[in-house]
Amino acid sequence: MLDDFLIRAALAGLGVNLTAAPLGCFVIWRRMAYLGDATAHASILGVALSLIFSLPLTLSVLLTASLMALLSLALSNRGWAMDTLLGVLSHSALAIGLVAVSFVSGIRIDLMAYLFGDILAVSQTDLLTIWVGAFLVVGMLAYRWSNLLLVTLNPDLAIASGIDPKREQLILTLSLAVVVAVAIKIVGVLLIVAMLIIPAAGARPLSRTPETMAMLSAVIGGSASGLGLIASYQFDTPTGPTIVCTATLLFLLINAMRPAIDWILKSRQKDRQAQPLNTGERHG
Amino acid sequence: MLIRVEGLSAQISGREVLRDISMGVEAGEIVTLVGPNGSGKTSLLKTLIGALTPSQGRVLKDQGLRLAYVPQKLHVEPMLPMTVARFLSLPKKKTASSIAQALTAAGVPGIEKQSIQGLSGGQFQRVQLARAMMDKPNLLLLDEATQRLDHVGIADFYHQIAAIRRDTNCAVLMVSHDLNVVMRQTDRVICLNTHICCQGKPDHGVPHRSISVSLGSAMRIWPCITISRMP
Repeated sequence: MLDDFLIRAALAGLGVNLTAAPLGCFVIWRRMAYLGDATAHASILGVALSLIFSLPLTLSVLLTASLMALLSLALSNRGWAMDTLLGVLSHSALAIGLVAVSFVSGIRIDLMAYLFGDILAVSQTDLLTIWVGAFLVVGMLAYRWSNLLLVTLNPDLAIASGIDPKREQLILTLSLAVVVAVAIKIVGVLLIVAMLIIPAAGARPLSRTPETMAMLSAVIGGSASGLGLIASYQFDTPTGPTIVCTATLLFLLINAMRPAIDWILKSRQKDRQAQPLNTGERHG
Repeated sequence: MLIRVEGLSAQISGREVLRDISMGVEAGEIVTLVGPNGSGKTSLLKTLIGALTPSQGRVLKDQGLRLAYVPQKLHVEPMLPMTVARFLSLPKKKTASSIAQALTAAGVPGIEKQSIQGLSGGQFQRVQLARAMMDKPNLLLLDEATQRLDHVGIADFYHQIAAIRRDTNCAVLMVSHDLNVVMRQTDRVICLNTHICCQGKPDHGVPHRSISVSLGSAMRIWPCITISRMP
């Protein structure tokens, strides 16, 4: 069954989106979008290294992405504004990567496949890598969920509860590197951050707790990858960008319906609050 | 002593914020930190919770210390959906009944399902206090907890603190600017201006000379400070 490239593509898209969903929520909550970009851009350097030294792609992307993420962490609080610092790191990494790739002689490589992904060319090994990465990241986030939430809410509150914010931040940063490494084949370097942010942003108006937001963003991301795959097959468009477009459409749709959603959430809440009051009055 | 610091100094990006501080809090005691802006009050609390590493000196904690902290300002990212109940369950899961109980004790019953971003300043302050009390602490650290409250809110808040101490014998170390309240409800006042200017029981006698000399500008902000000399 897994021989069918469309099924492989669907499973790969699903795996990446399930991983990106909870992590994407943290990217939004902690305003790490630019860090995501920097990490993703650094992975082009990983592609170049893998071609030059014939290393496995995922491994070398994982290495460069982690290095970039750790470097940005280490350089923060050194007097540079975070977006300036990440702007320098992110774009130099992309440029150095592109230059390095051009040095690779012999094979002509399809750079577009790494910039925008090529979900239809996913092999069974890729699929395995994606799902192993997915389990690693989702498992790690689930295991530390409450600590991560408190650190995100306020680092000092976390410290007062005996949680080390630096360790939690390291976990998020390394998870980001893993997601980048497994997603590069699917959506490509330039659109990874889109798959992190758009589904999570779409889930926000529908959510009242962090857990619902993470789950709904998985639903939105999963639907986007499924529908996008079908659409790209139907209209013969590049798959990665089509998936991102679908996610954007879902995001717009949810936001257009936002007044109605707010109204429903509010009236449900009023019902809940009204109940104990009514019983109280009857007793009185 | 629940917590004690000895010869504590601390720096923030090269600037000395605390110099040679020695102080402590006894079980069940209410201690108030006063001092001008930038005098190191928040830094001292942060050193006590471990968010700021001292450059010199040490922090000694009693083995049975259960510490709770309410920060000066808690900005909650609007993109992070968070209900009151979920906030009280951070980081450890709490039962619905214990959450309801804590909210009632804090004077804000029945708001579990509301989003914390939609609360008024006074409600959120009470919710933070409820969260701080969830794990039954024996030392509560409050950093300018009444900053965003009106007069009624401030009075309510200090009644709440007094009630907490009365009911749970929890010690309180707070930073405060509400000096008239401080004078009535505090066992001990510590005047801070990078170093400890003076500390002692508040009384309504003549302002002590050491304070007027050492606090200087602070005295102009709080002309009503009258504290007896450190015992």
